[in-house]
Amino acid sequence: MNPRRLFLALAAAASLNLAQPAAAQEPPVIAAASDLQFALEEIAAAFTAESGQVVTLSFGSTGNFARQIREGAPFQMFLAADESFVFDLARDGFTRDEGQLYAEGRIVIQVPEGSALAADGTLESLRLALGEGRITRFAIANPEHAPYGKRAEEALRHAGLWEPIQPFLVLGENVSQAAQFALSGNAEGGIIAYSLALAPQLESQGSYALIPAEWHQPLLQRMVLLKDAGPVAEAFYAYMSAPGARAIMDRYGFTLPQG
Amino acid sequence: MDWTALTLSLELAAWTVAILLPVSVLAGRGLALARFRGRGAVEALVMLPLVLPPTVFGFYLLLVFGRNSPVGALWQATFGHQLVFSFEGLVVASVIFNLPFAIQPAQRGFEAIPADLREAAATCGMSPLRSLWKVELPLAWPGLVTAMVLTFAHTLGEFGIVLMVGGSIPGETKTIAIAIYDRVQAFDMGAAGTMAAALVAISFSAIAVTFVLSARVGRRLA
Repeated sequence: MNPRRLFLALAAAASLNLAQPAAAQEPPVIAAASDLQFALEEIAAAFTAESGQVVTLSFGSTGNFARQIREGAPFQMFLAADESFVFDLARDGFTRDEGQLYAEGRIVIQVPEGSALAADGTLESLRLALGEGRITRFAIANPEHAPYGKRAEEALRHAGLWEPIQPFLVLGENVSQAAQFALSGNAEGGIIAYSLALAPQLESQGSYALIPAEWHQPLLQRMVLLKDAGPVAEAFYAYMSAPGARAIMDRYGFTLPQG
Repeated sequence: MDWTALTLSLELAAWTVAILLPVSVLAGRGLALARFRGRGAVEALVMLPLVLPPTVFGFYLLLVFGRNSPVGALWQATFGHQLVFSFEGLVVASVIFNLPFAIQPAQRGFEAIPADLREAAATCGMSPLRSLWKVELPLAWPGLVTAMVLTFAHTLGEFGIVLMVGGSIPGETKTIAIAIYDRVQAFDMGAAGTMAAALVAISFSAIAVTFVLSARVGRRLA
């Protein structure tokens, strides 16, 4: 076969194979805020055990997912860490409706073992360490697009620490990466989601303390079905309000809406 | 070990190589032989992805292939789904981003062929195509193999673009490099370590293969 014909044959094969739409029975992909990293994995496992149906989870920052949904990302359901993103998507016609509240999140200060900081929810230890120059790095999620980062900023502002801590901040792309930074041993600590601090994978690596809820806007977490949600996504959406899922969310420190 | 992600990465690399092999033969040979005004500009354009930050590239891909762009809209109308956040989108991105890795070594391979050899082939009455097949490719193939191995290995490792235009969808756009990033964020250092080691092994073998092949060719020609 001459090279040109070979090229055409390859190109034809490529377009044929690539043009096939995703199989209808493939599990729906669900976009979830990273504070749900561990809780939702458990819920998805319980959902599969009870219903025999499978969902695929993708974790990231709420703001990034909202942008990707606008660009046409093929998610069927979106669990945001902040409801404003869901309302914006609903207003612009990307969702079925305005969804429903599924949890309220909290933030904690998390410090690794051997840190110069104490896990102190009033951030007094942080204030002291900043004054004495004992901080090298402090991790939060990126406030630009991660709701937990925004709330961390508000809490730091409330404590009057936002300006002095600027040179030391490292920003995670989402709250899960912020937690990874905080516990990596390369930072004195960070402000992360309570739900992550309670995860078995993190609990052994340091200590944490809740930051008063009045110090920041509430983390009202809303979920919504997107325009092309199928029956499995619908079932999972409904399952989030079932007792099994609620028990898991409760165990991960989420405050649950009346159900 | 995330086998879905590894398979996806290997598939992506295979598609990229399959599409870029004929491109590298044609473009590599063309750039090696042709003398035309603006050749320097074409070469510079081909090399651009080498120095461009992947995020810059990803940003423009989002603009050009996004659902609000003409290209994105045409794709949506033809295939019924988005180009961005799909495997096909990754293939397109990967093909463009690997142009320098595919074309540059191929071009060097063709440049190494003495001009009189090609002229002798023409004198013997060989058509350009036959000359390419019988004379030039047998001599230029180490360059082509290097090009394809580099393309393959580079595709496996690509991260920035995939992060920007992929969306980390398992089985669709979550490549092995993204899976490693994901696992680190999930505090699963064990799985991240296994996958990272697998990538080191694959990349090392790929490079070793090119070295062995080109050494063998060097002996044969000597």
